[in-house]
Amino acid sequence: MTTKTLTCIVCPVGCQLEVTLDEQGKVQNITGNTCKRGYAYAETEFTNPTRTLTSTVKLTGSDTDILLPVRTASPIPKGKLFEAMTVLNQITVSAPVKIGDVVCADLVGTGIPLVACKNVG
Amino acid sequence: MDFDTQKKLVIVGGGPAGLAAALEANRQGIAPDDILIIERDRELGGILNQCIHAGFGLHMFGEELSGPEYSGRFIEDVKKAGIGYVTNSMVLSVSDDRIVTFVSPEMGFVRMKAGAVVLCTGCRERTRGALNIPGTRPAGIYSAGTAQRFVNMEGYMPGKKVVILGSGDIGLIMARRMTLEGAKVLRVCELMPYSGGLARNIAQCLDDFGIPLYLSHTVTEIRGTERVEGVTISKVDENRRPIPGTEEYVECDTLLLSVGLIPENEVAKSAGIQLDRVTGGAVVNQYNETSVPGIFACGNTLHVHDLVDFVTKEAYMAGASAAKFVQNGGKFGEDDKDCGEISCRATGGVRYIVPQKIVKSTKAPEELKFFFRVDNIYKKVKIELRCGGETIKSVSKRSVAPGEMESLVLNAADCAKVYDKNAGELEITLVQNA
Repeated sequence: MTTKTLTCIVCPVGCQLEVTLDEQGKVQNITGNTCKRGYAYAETEFTNPTRTLTSTVKLTGSDTDILLPVRTASPIPKGKLFEAMTVLNQITVSAPVKIGDVVCADLVGTGIPLVACKNVG
Repeated sequence: MDFDTQKKLVIVGGGPAGLAAALEANRQGIAPDDILIIERDRELGGILNQCIHAGFGLHMFGEELSGPEYSGRFIEDVKKAGIGYVTNSMVLSVSDDRIVTFVSPEMGFVRMKAGAVVLCTGCRERTRGALNIPGTRPAGIYSAGTAQRFVNMEGYMPGKKVVILGSGDIGLIMARRMTLEGAKVLRVCELMPYSGGLARNIAQCLDDFGIPLYLSHTVTEIRGTERVEGVTISKVDENRRPIPGTEEYVECDTLLLSVGLIPENEVAKSAGIQLDRVTGGAVVNQYNETSVPGIFACGNTLHVHDLVDFVTKEAYMAGASAAKFVQNGGKFGEDDKDCGEISCRATGGVRYIVPQKIVKSTKAPEELKFFFRVDNIYKKVKIELRCGGETIKSVSKRSVAPGEMESLVLNAADCAKVYDKNAGELEITLVQNA
């Protein structure tokens, strides 16, 4: 049995969680969370840690904006963040574009789409 | 003073505060074409346009939006309501009789008489000059917010090997952003023995990418002739003075400064508005009205907030007050007689309180809200509001920190108690070891 501490990133409270793992690295017990989401976070953090990626892609056809802010529609595996960034660097979107428009349907094989975060044009 | 044109309500600044103030004033009955938002930038939305990371809107919408998504909702509402706005337009001054002087590409040089003015001018970043960091003056030193605008809106990378001074949320967010865009962030230094940023930002912006955080460290020299070549970093003692012999030279081409925000109040000063020396913002009453009648302030121009959600809520209050002021001919209620003031004093570990004063009327209000910050990290404290020798309200807290704005709400019964004391002053204070 080992105990690890981590900071919950689900909300701005930032609870300090204590996670007890067995020899196989399976989560046995979680304390310190003040809500259910904290428990779920700690579980995925030790099995398949994920993060929401926010960045920009190139934008054409707008008088004001040359970059379009984008985000992954849901968190993607943490290990794929940099691979995703190299894909984002190749994407060009043309205005007009609306919040929620899908910019890339399946980002780096995650099945998770990349969506626009700003209304332009 | 002469003027060319009139509006019932002029809002200086089209960021989150300005947008929310305009929407609320409109909801309270001010016609959309009687409102004008004057925005300096090329578009509405303010600083949120460059805050492309997620984390906004948890309180307002129950979800975590990126900055442009959050402001986008309010911009949409402003446009739908038909509320007037001009962009690329700069307010030069506001007089104490509410004549707003501004320049605009479409309207030219305008002097506009306003029934009420809401100041929503946001804040500015502290710079190298404010810190007096010794050394040369090469290119490659940016405030974190400037770098954020370059990367997220203008499409420039400020540098490749980066040291960040200051571990507030903007510094942490930029550490991650620069890393994702291919820079190497060597370290984040923090003068204080604790970070001013959220714990989760240390986890997801630094720990995720293996960026070290050096607490109780500062930059003591900048080197480089044309471009930054490196910085010297020193450990500091408990009085925040660099400790000789702890210097370490770090080679880098960029230094980002995330060392605090200061309310922007040049326009407020032009109107002769009284400023609070601690917050750097205006002194206001519970209606968010400044010392000049009919001029209101809200958002980061009043005091620097941690969460935009609270800016929005504060701006709703200011917008509603401004609407009431216009509709009731300079009064906030029918029973609004001159009944004196209660000044709010921050004591015992509380640095400041907003509002700084309560204007009394014949009847006690239904609710009073106070916002404040503490001057240090304290564990196990009671926050007490006292008036006339009595503790009116007491709230226990596991811990409080300067980086987190605290609030205290008095209900109708508590407000009545404060009124009954007939005291000219109330105080909010910390009591330790509760």
